[in-house]
Amino acid sequence: MPASCPWNATPSTTSSGFTTRVSPDTRLERIRDHALDGKRLDREDGRFLLTEAPLLGIGALASEVRFARIPGKVVTFVIDSNPNYTNVCVTDCQFCAFYRKPGDPEAWTLTVDEVLGKVESAAAQGATTVLLQGGHNPELPLDYYLTIVRETRRRFPQVTPHFFTASEIQTLAQTTSLPLGDVLDRLWDAGQRTLPGGGAEVLSERVRKRIAPKKGGPGAWLEVHREAHRRGFKSTATMMYGHVEGVDDLLDHFDAVRELQDLSGGFTAFVPWSFKPGNTLLEKWIKRYQGPNAYLRMLAVARLYLDNFDHIQASWFSEGKRTGQIALHFGADDWGGTLFEENVHKAADYVNRITVDEIITLIQESGFTPAQRTTEYEILRTY
Amino acid sequence: MRFSDHRLDPLWEKVQAGERLSRDDGLLLFETEDLLGVGRMADHVKSRREGDRVYFVLNRYISPTNVCVLSCAFCGFARKKGEAGAFEYTIEDIVGMVSEEVREVHIVGGHHPDWPFEYYERMIGALHAARPEVQIKAFTAAEIDYFWRRWRIEPKDSLTRLQEAGLQTMPGGGAEMFSSRLAKSLRYAGKADADRWCEIHGIAHSLGIRTNATMLYGHVETHAERVDHLLRLRQQQDASGGFLTFIALPYQVGATRLVPRGTPPTDNLRTIAAARLLLDNFPHVEAYWVLLGEETASVALHFGADDVNGTLEDERVQHMAGAETPAGVAREQLLRMIHDAGKLPVERDALYNVLRVYN
Repeated sequence: MPASCPWNATPSTTSSGFTTRVSPDTRLERIRDHALDGKRLDREDGRFLLTEAPLLGIGALASEVRFARIPGKVVTFVIDSNPNYTNVCVTDCQFCAFYRKPGDPEAWTLTVDEVLGKVESAAAQGATTVLLQGGHNPELPLDYYLTIVRETRRRFPQVTPHFFTASEIQTLAQTTSLPLGDVLDRLWDAGQRTLPGGGAEVLSERVRKRIAPKKGGPGAWLEVHREAHRRGFKSTATMMYGHVEGVDDLLDHFDAVRELQDLSGGFTAFVPWSFKPGNTLLEKWIKRYQGPNAYLRMLAVARLYLDNFDHIQASWFSEGKRTGQIALHFGADDWGGTLFEENVHKAADYVNRITVDEIITLIQESGFTPAQRTTEYEILRTY
Repeated sequence: MRFSDHRLDPLWEKVQAGERLSRDDGLLLFETEDLLGVGRMADHVKSRREGDRVYFVLNRYISPTNVCVLSCAFCGFARKKGEAGAFEYTIEDIVGMVSEEVREVHIVGGHHPDWPFEYYERMIGALHAARPEVQIKAFTAAEIDYFWRRWRIEPKDSLTRLQEAGLQTMPGGGAEMFSSRLAKSLRYAGKADADRWCEIHGIAHSLGIRTNATMLYGHVETHAERVDHLLRLRQQQDASGGFLTFIALPYQVGATRLVPRGTPPTDNLRTIAAARLLLDNFPHVEAYWVLLGEETASVALHFGADDVNGTLEDERVQHMAGAETPAGVAREQLLRMIHDAGKLPVERDALYNVLRVYN
């Protein structure tokens, strides 16, 4: 393997079954022609990019495609916070260090007022987005969720309630015995317009069976987003890699979100991050998160493969500020958020902090123009 | 290769043909917005020389003292005699610092006002006697120059005596930035200047002592000063040929605060790549992970670096100046940094003899 390829490479074959013998540079050049002609990359292209292509070659191409799609040197960021309303969860995902089973002495659930207190403190710090998520707590009634949305809208109109990932909404449908569409309709009526993309992990049957067997296959996550987009919600697509997946699983994931985006156009951005093994069940087998090279490759491949996504987010939070800065040269056009509060990575002993001033400096010193955006990527202010 | 900045096209022609880059080419490497273009050319050169190999060495940094007669504006390490935080180790202390696994010791310290040259000579002799298998890399050209300034011992004599005592190689420190403008404004004019620094390395090379070279950047220097520094090193290597490795040292803001922030990782990657491209006669270019951080060092292995240095258990100089990275990484961490980049780790000694390849 010539470059940073944590995923097993298999010999590339053409559609006629012959092993290709072209050099990686020639092959990358062909992919460049396709990408710039607006011709879609296929799975074999994706496999080559994930496993064989030279890292800086893909980075340069991803950057070229990024500037063709998002002209100018603007890199956006959002002022946001990621509080949680409960850590009670019945789903026992092996990659999660955050949850506690019902009845656990460390289990907690916030009241509606306490959650609104979190929103208030985020708003006081200038947040325009609050990403609220929690465990799958079957004790919580639909009204709890709806009240939080409605009161956030009423009391903090400047804040976009970016609440509840797909699996939480699925859980709500189950505990209330309402059709999924009805739950989404009620959230819409309460004032919610966007959904966070968490809980996708890697959208492959095999992977999800192994690390999140009680969460349902990739179809469950996709269904919630499809139904949400149909109702006018916007959402993000995420990916948490670096655990048990192989290259085919990653390609399944890319194919799934690209296909849904063709159908609905409802995804604002793609946001990958590396799995953090600290304090999780998987820690026994996976000691450390994948490094910066794998991350840069993932971002660049996403930019090239997901030709119907406008925005690719570089996560300073999950990969470190330095990697975040470098990532802006690998096809990313968004810096993510301030994440005033974050508890999920923290539970895995991974902590990182930032201020708005620091974000502006970090983006500028990397050679880009910082701009504050909303949850839906509208630019509020350019620096 | 295709560049977003077409001014790089003629440089790529030269790089492929193995032709030397000019001063203007060097300036372009620092000024172009095509960071990855610079990186890809450097990666090409690195791969042509070394393939996927990336070296590391298990070494131990020892500072015998931080007491120093100089007051360089970028230095957070030096103390005056008797000042809080000043330290002076005995020869027994120093010998005791070299643990079983260490292959190389790297000895650099302050310009002590009183220690006689013989103390340094005895230090090297004692280390060599106690651990004859450990390679000793000691004393920057600035220190060798100071032995002349303080005790009037000619560099040729001090180096010969140190070599007889057991010194094998010299580190590349003390070069700072070759610029009389900066030497004046940053108060390091009392130190070996570019000519003297290069002269001493030339003498070392003539004695068969291989040496390294450094550049302290990311403070108040210009791009032209960086390029001129690198070209001066290239010129010296043409003349004497004994340099093994170039190490770019990003200035650590720490307590001395010449600038509000350390230079960004993108600049660190660019500087390593530019060095690889300009220093066509240097065998190795290092990504010194202690100063860069693990992430940037690992990515730098795609930007022309073929070395990550090693296990540094007591790197007082940079840490007192505020380097973030905790001193002391195990071999596992070095291997991971190299594996993360998809490269082939090769454990080496001070002279780049291969000790083990981690296939």
